[in-house]
Amino acid sequence: MTETGARSDLLDGLSASIPYIRFLGLIFERRGDEITALMPYKPDLIGNPLLPALHGGATGAFLEITAVMQIVSDLALKDMAAAGGTLPNGYAPVMPKPIDITFDYLRSGKSLDTYARAIVQRRGRRVANVRIEAWQEERAKLIATAHGNFLLSSGGA
Amino acid sequence: MTDLNKRLTEGVATPDGEGVVLAGLPHSAAMGMRLISTGEGEAVLMLPYSDMLIGDVATGVLGGGAITALLDTCCGTAVFASKTKGIASTATLDLRIDYMRPATPGRDVYAHAECYRVTRSVAFVRALAWTEGREKPVATASAAFIVERKAEKSA
Repeated sequence: MTETGARSDLLDGLSASIPYIRFLGLIFERRGDEITALMPYKPDLIGNPLLPALHGGATGAFLEITAVMQIVSDLALKDMAAAGGTLPNGYAPVMPKPIDITFDYLRSGKSLDTYARAIVQRRGRRVANVRIEAWQEERAKLIATAHGNFLLSSGGA
Repeated sequence: MTDLNKRLTEGVATPDGEGVVLAGLPHSAAMGMRLISTGEGEAVLMLPYSDMLIGDVATGVLGGGAITALLDTCCGTAVFASKTKGIASTATLDLRIDYMRPATPGRDVYAHAECYRVTRSVAFVRALAWTEGREKPVATASAAFIVERKAEKSA
């Protein structure tokens, strides 16, 4: 298996195995070392039926999970390099845990598909600092941004 | 609020069917979120533990995003419960969440939000979420909401 395939399989495996990701219906695509996350529109994601607008909590959860998936993918790349270019059999990623996150809601989320990308601004041994952006029709018209810290080691939050 | 106060302080497990499902908010309703009570500028919500919201399969801990959604909803509800009259709608402007400990697997998550200031356009809210009593918070939130007021009658 190529290294590309191994890491994409890792993301697919996580998406399929984590109930909350299935509940939100999230899809992750990897190009190089960049993940684009997709939250396909469904009526269950609406918070304000009158506008209608996506629930801020759904958008927030989407941003948070996008950050986690980007960190997991980056760590897998590092672990792969350390293991000589392949992911070990039965590789189980350490799931980063949020320490704190701040969400800014810039526009009301419409009843449309939403995209997100995360940039890991710094990843240390214990903490990763991540910035995340979400948009709908136009990449330049962000609907929400977030920045947060995620705990990497299992030393306990 | 009396027996609610008891639960707030003791955080005891609650029977099935407590509270009212937030049917007006489709996403909250899909998650199973329930409104337990409101007071002036305050709201208490509960998110029943549910397998579909698990974020860590190894431990059964709910996804952090589920706590985010609960706190966001609770803060918005507290804005509506404020004594400010004529609020037509609210939208989250910003929301900061601090995650202090994992929500205990199998336990319902409670959240209590307090809207402590409403200006013409903005409401300020803080909130707390817990599974095993308020003294062991799972997460805290601090938020600002944009407030849309109903058209005022001309004087």
